[in-house]
Amino acid sequence: MADQNMKNPTGIGAAIRRKEDMRFLLGRGNYVADMKFQNMTYGVLLRSPHAHARIKSIDTADALKLPGVVAVFTGVDLLADKVGGLPCAWPVTGKGGAATKEPVHPALAQGKIRHVGDPVAFVVAETLEQARDGAEAVMVDYEELPAVVGVLDALKTGAPAVFDEIPDNICVDWEIGDKAATDAAFAKAAHVARLGLVNNRLVGNPMEPRAAIGDYDISRDHHTLWTTSQFPHIAKLLMGNFVLGIPQHKLRVVSPDVGGGFGVKQFHYAEEVLVTWASRKVCRPVKWVCERSEGFISDAHARDHVTEAEMALDENGKFLGLRVSTIANMGGYLSTFGPNIPTNLYGPLLAGVYTTPAVYCEVKCVFTNTLPVDAYRGAGRPEATFCLERLVDVCAIEMNIPKDEIRRRNIIRKEAYPYQTPVMMNYDSGDPLGCLDKALIAADWKGFPARKADAAKRGKLRGIGVCTYVEACGLAPSRVAIRLGVRGGLFESATVRVHPTGHVTVLMGTHSHGQGHETTCAQIVSTKLGIPAENVEIVFGDTDKVQFGLGTYGSRSAAVGGSALAKAANKVIMKSKKIAAHMLEADESDIEFEGGVFTVAGTDRTKTFGDVALMAHFPVDYPLEILEPGLEEQSFYDPVNFTFPCGAHIAEVEIDPETGFVQLLNYVAVDDVGTVINPMIVEGQIHGGVVQGVGQALFEDCVYDLVSGQLLSGSFMDYCMPRADSVPNMTVQTHVTACTHNELGVKGCGEVGTIGSPATVINAVVDALQHLGVTHVDMPASPNRVWRIIANAGGAQVGK
Amino acid sequence: MQINFTLNGKPVSVDVPPQELLSELLRERLGLTGTHVGCDTSQCGACVVHVDGASVKSCSTLAASLNDATVISIEGLAPPGGLHPMQKAFHEHHGLQCGFCTPGMVMSAVDFAKDNAKPTPEAVRGWLEGNICRCTGYQNIVASVIAGAAAMHADVKGA
Repeated sequence: MADQNMKNPTGIGAAIRRKEDMRFLLGRGNYVADMKFQNMTYGVLLRSPHAHARIKSIDTADALKLPGVVAVFTGVDLLADKVGGLPCAWPVTGKGGAATKEPVHPALAQGKIRHVGDPVAFVVAETLEQARDGAEAVMVDYEELPAVVGVLDALKTGAPAVFDEIPDNICVDWEIGDKAATDAAFAKAAHVARLGLVNNRLVGNPMEPRAAIGDYDISRDHHTLWTTSQFPHIAKLLMGNFVLGIPQHKLRVVSPDVGGGFGVKQFHYAEEVLVTWASRKVCRPVKWVCERSEGFISDAHARDHVTEAEMALDENGKFLGLRVSTIANMGGYLSTFGPNIPTNLYGPLLAGVYTTPAVYCEVKCVFTNTLPVDAYRGAGRPEATFCLERLVDVCAIEMNIPKDEIRRRNIIRKEAYPYQTPVMMNYDSGDPLGCLDKALIAADWKGFPARKADAAKRGKLRGIGVCTYVEACGLAPSRVAIRLGVRGGLFESATVRVHPTGHVTVLMGTHSHGQGHETTCAQIVSTKLGIPAENVEIVFGDTDKVQFGLGTYGSRSAAVGGSALAKAANKVIMKSKKIAAHMLEADESDIEFEGGVFTVAGTDRTKTFGDVALMAHFPVDYPLEILEPGLEEQSFYDPVNFTFPCGAHIAEVEIDPETGFVQLLNYVAVDDVGTVINPMIVEGQIHGGVVQGVGQALFEDCVYDLVSGQLLSGSFMDYCMPRADSVPNMTVQTHVTACTHNELGVKGCGEVGTIGSPATVINAVVDALQHLGVTHVDMPASPNRVWRIIANAGGAQVGK
Repeated sequence: MQINFTLNGKPVSVDVPPQELLSELLRERLGLTGTHVGCDTSQCGACVVHVDGASVKSCSTLAASLNDATVISIEGLAPPGGLHPMQKAFHEHHGLQCGFCTPGMVMSAVDFAKDNAKPTPEAVRGWLEGNICRCTGYQNIVASVIAGAAAMHADVKGA
């Protein structure tokens, strides 16, 4: 493929500018909140102000009398219509074969409230203002109950039960790895390092708030849902089949331009059910647009782990065994993929890029009176990396081994791939040591002591942190995923539609909401078919246009969707060769195809791709007896393995001991994302990913009052998003080893930044404070937290 | 109340309720949905437009205050069929991903660049503190603004 790149300025490997940019730059994007339909109504949700309560009564009479109010719905109305709960699509199997507990998750509360923001009533009115007034007029009588908020509290004897039928609040108690072998490793260890940590709770906050419009057409008995989804086909399948009982051929789900997702928009949400169902009830379109403060109490949250981890080492600092025990917050209900995130996407990743022979991990998933917790960029893998890489630094500090050196001693060598870990994964390819070496050079690791001394002269504490990581992405080989609990396949699909003119429309089952697929998918077609990328249009996000697909999350679009696209293009080429052979009066086996031209081998007789496309549609001289006309091919591709991007990141920080403020000064990311389709886009993905991880490490914190269950960080005034002046320019490099099991060699780049950066930044912060006896700092390393650590240690002692 | 103002070069006369926000007027009544609303606390900057040449957050501007004002939204920044130099720079430097913050980001950047032909990255980052982007990590936005500023001033010189 590299040869073709050299000749093809818009093919794989070219940093072409994005095809999708124009509409966004001109203000002509088409987001759900921008859409209007004739006769449209507006929906507003009344949400619970309490974290845990029984609903004694709901009185909608006053609301219904208000001008413009069309209807007011409550949980009782959903029950009467036999509307089902929001299903969990990925339960897991716990210790001893125990099933995940899946209590009903109603779209509108039925009798009990389980978190602040739990939807109670849905008011539909002629205008948004009238719907808001209506929601204010709904009278709800609550009986408040004691709430349980933190995961440790949820496990205490006598803790309030989020669900009456689950008195211990445990959703599933899961494990992976060989416990006996790991215990044996600890028994023979020369040193054991231990670390207790909290992985702070986050809110994903894509810049476009969620929105949904339901549009029921009574004349066709047909429903359309317009929604801000990364995954329109699953909204269609879950909502149609399990919640509303709409036959699949009577439901269309469209996700037009979506303003960022980061995982938060892949789940099936209550509001999608409500607008679709309410539209049928009122026989008019119903539009709901989330406000940001409403998003904080209705989008699924992320992370929220409490973990104890220990590493057994021999006297040379070789890892012998890793034991991890985590308690993960599921929130007040199971979100679509909730239980899968802190289990399957966490435990197996604890092996990292190291040769640790024994790993054992157990995870208790618990219910609390908080928002449901689910995937957010990285999803389980940043948590695993944070745990492992923080613990590795503790090992280095305690054994007095340099932090780069302890990693070097344990890292999997390039020659050892494919590498089977003790926790399920078989890494097909990678060179983490190559990434580490490149990163150490790019960050001038050796020059750090001089920079630290210089900072000390200025009264600042300077620290450097390094982290390696591995990611399992390209979700997912269906057979493996189904064994791990997913209720569906995780293949991907693509259709390549060649027009009579040789222009191409591609229908992708993935969804682009910032990733630039309209460009990168066109580049794949450009390389395969030898046509310019501008001759290719990419369509996605409409279940009536696109064959079944499985959306965009888990860095899967290039590895799984791109592979489906390459396969469909291969089918187009196969058929085109038959047509070309007929046109050139040659044997099919003698036809060569390169750079958009079919040639009879060894001759100068040629036909272009355009010639063949025309002949396929105007078959005047065409072997119709043996070959169908037309030129359109479809592929469904199921990967044989996960893909495993890996890499090494280095951060450098300075801490002002007077204020505790951490300034991130330098960041280097060296990532193996497999084949790079568009280096400009890959770099942009890594920039964004790193800053999201930096956000977790230094700024972002979703905080609940631990007694009342009130969300204390419910707006951008309280929840600190990274701003332009929060971060420095970073250095991004790739260190490519091709994936061995897909045609393009791609691994995925969407999440690598977020996976590596939290541990990298905190390792740097701890490094700056190490002389004070500090071995860990929980996230976010806010000025308040860091200042207290320095004060408790008796002052900064700058220069020591 | 009745207000008259110039919007993207054309006169507009419209009756506005006293509580109506400029963002609501543009999006809900005048059909200009390029101005986005990404928060409800005047923090995100997705709604930035120009009023009398200065960037303002339209989510915090009362429409009633606009009588006789000149308003430019993202739809009116470039000449028809073309791109403003700042829009070109965002395209060239990959300064956008999902596109949701982009209109506000571009409008804010244009105001900044008017008086800053050769800004430092630090100055750009300081100015854009009121515009949140969740996708790009800001690095390519900073590069775009620096390039856009240079192009805006080159255009002025050339003209």
